[in-house]
Amino acid sequence: MQVNVRLFARLRDIAGAGEVSRQVPDDATVSTVWETLANEFPELSEYRASISAAVNAEYSRMDAPVGDGDEVAFLPPVSGG
Amino acid sequence: MSTSSYAVTTVPLDIGALVDIVTAPRADAPIGPGAIATFVGVVRNHNAGRRVERLEYEGYEPLAIRSFERMGKEACAQWDVRVALHHRLGTLQIGEASVVIAVASPHRADAFAACRYVIERVKQIAPIWKHEFFEGGDVWIEGATADPDNEDARQDAYRIAVGDRASASSVSATQPEPSGVAGNAG
Repeated sequence: MQVNVRLFARLRDIAGAGEVSRQVPDDATVSTVWETLANEFPELSEYRASISAAVNAEYSRMDAPVGDGDEVAFLPPVSGG
Repeated sequence: MSTSSYAVTTVPLDIGALVDIVTAPRADAPIGPGAIATFVGVVRNHNAGRRVERLEYEGYEPLAIRSFERMGKEACAQWDVRVALHHRLGTLQIGEASVVIAVASPHRADAFAACRYVIERVKQIAPIWKHEFFEGGDVWIEGATADPDNEDARQDAYRIAVGDRASASSVSATQPEPSGVAGNAG
């Protein structure tokens, strides 16, 4: 199945794009999607312990399942305000 | 200017508009406001020893709005308040407002506390990032790992809001921020 990935701030810089689509296995979790990207862009790996994730614009755990067509977002530590 | 209580926008922020939002007459609130607390975060010209030239704010808009709504609900569950919160995105020059918060309440103690609470929660869980352009370079500012379900963080925001700093345990409350991740604005 296909998921649409959103990346922000430095994660976006590392990947060179803020929106990418990737094929993942049908039993994929948010974590699977992250690992797919981290394999492709090794610099992302250092963020594994500090990222947050969202599925379809709701905060999500890394072990949450994802579905075909979902928007999966990865967020580095935030700095709003 | 958005008339919504919660918004992200690339146009300049207007605290007066937020005051209007939280003080507009409402049928389900028979007791009107007796106090309005406001907070305006602006872009500071120095950060972590660097001379800041501008900030570029990036955000995940739909999640930002939902996180603002969540903060507002948390504040309303704790205090007798009405809350409005707008955050700017895009390029901001020194002195420009990046975030504005207005809180109305029948009483000042609730207004002040809720206003402080909301800006602390913005720092913790709003999916927004500062890209700092300073003299000689640029850096993404990375603060807190956003986790809205982290009850310890929420409690820290509450303790800071009510002035109980002695028992607030978070880095943001009691320790200087490490260089390179210190925040500007807000």
